Amino acid sequence: MTGIVNKTEMLPIKDSSDVVFVRQRVRVWTTQLKFSLVEQTKVVTAASELGRNTLEHGGGGELEISEVVDGIRKGLRLKFSDKGPGIPDIKLALSDGYTSKQGMGLGLGGSKRLMNEFEIESTPGQGTTITVTRWK
Amino acid sequence: MERIPILRMGNFLLVTIQVDMHDKLALTLQDDLTAKIADVGAKGVLIDISSLEIVDSFIGRTLANIASMARVLDAQTVVVGMQPAVAITLVELGMSLPGIRTALNVESGMEYLKETVIDYRNGEDYDGDSEQD
Ligand SMILES: Nc1ncnc2c1ncn2[C@@H]1O[C@H](COP(=O)(O)OP(=O)(O)OP(=O)(O)O)[C@@H](O)[C@H]1O
Ligand SMILES: [Mg+2]
Repeated sequence: MTGIVNKTEMLPIKDSSDVVFVRQRVRVWTTQLKFSLVEQTKVVTAASELGRNTLEHGGGGELEISEVVDGIRKGLRLKFSDKGPGIPDIKLALSDGYTSKQGMGLGLGGSKRLMNEFEIESTPGQGTTITVTRWK
Repeated sequence: MERIPILRMGNFLLVTIQVDMHDKLALTLQDDLTAKIADVGAKGVLIDISSLEIVDSFIGRTLANIASMARVLDAQTVVVGMQPAVAITLVELGMSLPGIRTALNVESGMEYLKETVIDYRNGEDYDGDSEQD
């Protein structure tokens, strides 16, 4: 992931109302960065998917929101981390329709499409960190 | 407990989602609506989502569940007012909202419900319709 981090905010993800708060804060950041309405909607939707995964699959965790700068372009980076069970097969988890619960299996693959950069670090038994960036 | 109000207009139930729903609230709405359809014998359900700034996979699934449960209870569902940015995002997310009837606004949604319910009463809608969903 490229870019210099300008400023950050940390948010806990412990229950479903925290996921609502994540959506609201990410919206505020995208507005401050002057993303278009469609871009804002994409980023907030990805945040909602990844935040819910942190809660439901990761057993809770946190989100670090940051503004990043790379040359003349600015972007928003979201880093979701948890200390849950991890993802044993990342490729499988990313494929549309794969779910280990009763989801639709769209969250991971969908968020990847909605953002410009997407990175998963996961160690079985230790946790998962998913970092995504959308550039302006 | 927090709840989303359900209005009744004759044979139809109307819901306007005005808050950013957390997952439990969405599930409560799903249960409340299903119970109410059975309770009043509703023939149509209109859900206005024009205030929703995003629809993610969870809300999408909730809407699809409501529509299929309504169908089992012999009621039609129409979702109205989806913002264009939300529609664009939903497609990219990979959700096509299968089995959900949508309309641009409340007026055309109501019109659709009225027509469908009348057609159905006249027995015209189901003949020769071999679609399985
Ligand atoms: N933070 C996480 N920790 C552990 N496993 C995860 C995590 N995030 C995702 N997964 C795994 O990846 C799978 C796919 O995730 P994805 O978000 O695409 O689908 P889902 O959450 O099951 O359903 P949906 O998001 O459509 O409701 C999950 O079912 C889960 O097994
Ligand atoms: Mg998910």
